Amino acid sequence: MNELFYDAAPNATRVAPERPKPRQYPDKPAEVVLFGTCVVDLFFPEAGMDAIRLLEWEGIRVHFPREQSCCGQPAWTSGYRDQAKAVARAQLEVLDRSGFPVVVPSGSCAGMLRHHYRELFADEPDTLARVNALAERTFELTEFLLRVCKVRLADQGQPRRVALHTSCSARREMDTHLHARELLGQLDNVERVDHDHESECCGFGGTFSVRMPEVSGAMVMDKTRALMDSGAVEMVTADGGCLLNINGSLEKQQQAFRGRHLASFLWERVNTRARKGAV
Amino acid sequence: MSQRIPVTELAADFRSRATTALADDQLRTNFRTAMDSLMKKRADAFPDEQEREGLRELGNRIKARALSRLPDLLEQLEAKLTENGVTVHWAETVEQANRIVHGIIEARNGRQVVKGKSMVSEEMEMNDYLARRDIECLESDMGEYIVQLDGEKPSHIIMPAIHKNARQVSRLFSEKLGEPATDDVNELIQTGRRTLRRKFMEADVGVSGVNFAIAETGTLLLVENEGNGRMSTTVPPVHIAVTGIEKVVQNLRDVVPLLSLLTRSALGQPITTYVNLISSPRKPEELDGPEEVHLVLLDNGRSGAFADAQMRQTLNCIRCGACMNHCPVYTRVGGHTYGEVYPGPIGKIITPHMAGLNQVPDHPGASSLCGACGEVCPVKIPIPQLLQRLRQENVRNPAEPQVVKGGGSKYSRTERMIWQGWQLLNTRPALYGLFLRAATRLRRLTPKNAGPWTRNHSAPVPARRSLHELADAHLRQRGDQ
Repeated sequence: MNELFYDAAPNATRVAPERPKPRQYPDKPAEVVLFGTCVVDLFFPEAGMDAIRLLEWEGIRVHFPREQSCCGQPAWTSGYRDQAKAVARAQLEVLDRSGFPVVVPSGSCAGMLRHHYRELFADEPDTLARVNALAERTFELTEFLLRVCKVRLADQGQPRRVALHTSCSARREMDTHLHARELLGQLDNVERVDHDHESECCGFGGTFSVRMPEVSGAMVMDKTRALMDSGAVEMVTADGGCLLNINGSLEKQQQAFRGRHLASFLWERVNTRARKGAV
Repeated sequence: MSQRIPVTELAADFRSRATTALADDQLRTNFRTAMDSLMKKRADAFPDEQEREGLRELGNRIKARALSRLPDLLEQLEAKLTENGVTVHWAETVEQANRIVHGIIEARNGRQVVKGKSMVSEEMEMNDYLARRDIECLESDMGEYIVQLDGEKPSHIIMPAIHKNARQVSRLFSEKLGEPATDDVNELIQTGRRTLRRKFMEADVGVSGVNFAIAETGTLLLVENEGNGRMSTTVPPVHIAVTGIEKVVQNLRDVVPLLSLLTRSALGQPITTYVNLISSPRKPEELDGPEEVHLVLLDNGRSGAFADAQMRQTLNCIRCGACMNHCPVYTRVGGHTYGEVYPGPIGKIITPHMAGLNQVPDHPGASSLCGACGEVCPVKIPIPQLLQRLRQENVRNPAEPQVVKGGGSKYSRTERMIWQGWQLLNTRPALYGLFLRAATRLRRLTPKNAGPWTRNHSAPVPARRSLHELADAHLRQRGDQ
């Protein structure tokens, strides 16, 4: 509570408290757990596999505990705290078993593990300590590749122009809005083009997309139009939810343009043997 | 409170109002264009990210400190203002506030009121209240004047007529004022000004809002860009300021960063054209100013929010409107879709303690929780977190005691059962495995019509094999599992 009584400096608009420091990253670990996320599990399993391949390529041993399921976010954002908490607790048990760093190929699920579990378990001091430890070792895939693995990607692919969609959770919860950009920047033959209102939400928002289909639909229409007008031949994103939303909308509109998970895109670029769709 | 009913009836139907707004191309263009310009102005006003973030943190702490001493500061404010010759009135409800305002006007036999911009007076629906008592209450802020002329409500807390473009205003002026049609914004403003100038001279009472009420000095601070605020508060013989109890801050030093945050966040201005500091009525040796100054402090549910440690943060708000300017939902549906006095993200989190969550049951859910609002809020109100909290309050069992007024309005046994089923599925690995297997094997049976989802998307067909299966096979090959 002490900070609430902070006294403002006299006549100063520029004297302000220190800002929180940016995240400090550990050295590259030997082993990690991949938290696949339910959307990737069911709709984009190849993206999950490509994330595993990229990590293995970096010499990391990847574990995929079978007992994992959903991070709990759908119930959490729908207001069903108890149900979200039960599911979160189950994931916490699974992820605590090995204690390895957790890599998540989706910004919003990483944000759930890293930030919202703390809100869920705020009333359980013992669990909270474990939740905080999990938060400390949870990484979104792009930041893990870039800041922990310090990857240097050697582009093997043909020249290609892509647009990047960054999820709101990556941007505002995980603070990883520039990481995917930097990864793409390492690829010599890939040109990343901007799209209109790039930082704006695609309209997914989990259950928002089915509770408010009119508004959500208007948002994804604008997003897909901006992506197609960007001059890119495809879109890449590091978030499964946005991908489900954007690709589902494009297919409904009968457009040929599609989005792809960043993990799959990167793996295809750096590995000459990788071919689209190959397991 | 009977005058609220029509408004809340509309608010209950957010989705159908949104549908209408989304189909209105002109409206959408007006909002998108205006919001884009406002976002750019704000960005340009904060060229230094570190300075901006430091200032936001400072603003948050100043407001938190003020709120932590709210009862004391309000008493200090009252004592100081009284000492300065300003009469302070307390109103728990909008009905009480209206009665107080009406009483002051009646005591002077007033018939004409001219009003500077005040969202609290919108909250009170003061114009209607006074009109029913044969008192004309004219809006003098250009935007407010336009919406009043058209019989509308403000669609934005800073720019009330932002839903209209110049052509629409021109049409309105020629219809209602008999002015020749013109698209020239300056000419339109001059037309409005001519009409209003006369009214300032004739008015018996001037009404205004307050941006900051400073306890230590007993000062009411009011920012504005048109000079109408200064006219409303100095020309008529009586000035009535109306404001919410959360506007009190400790001292003038606190105001400096808050003012900078307010004007830069709202319109990207380093400072507004006018900053009025009102500390007393006209003194004997002074030539200008009102003979009487009154302050009406309105609660209207604010103390309810104050009582809840999390929802108390809503009282940080300094009403800059940046959250709506940056909101992808507001930008598309406009302010009237919210059907309430305060639209946009801030409206969603303050309306429940004013009107009750049951009056705005769809509001907490009308957000993708993208976080743009929280990112730009100058006093760091965690708006997405509070929306999430209201979603929880919304699905509580209404039979139980409610923490937030009107909570439990979205309670549904069916939906609760669905989430319980979802919980079971995601906490039993064997069951989840079975689900994955069934969903992938029977993927061809995915229904083509998946309710609201397939309105905007193709049917969500699962992959041929789940990640669980692919990863399992991969790790087995590696000799792990």
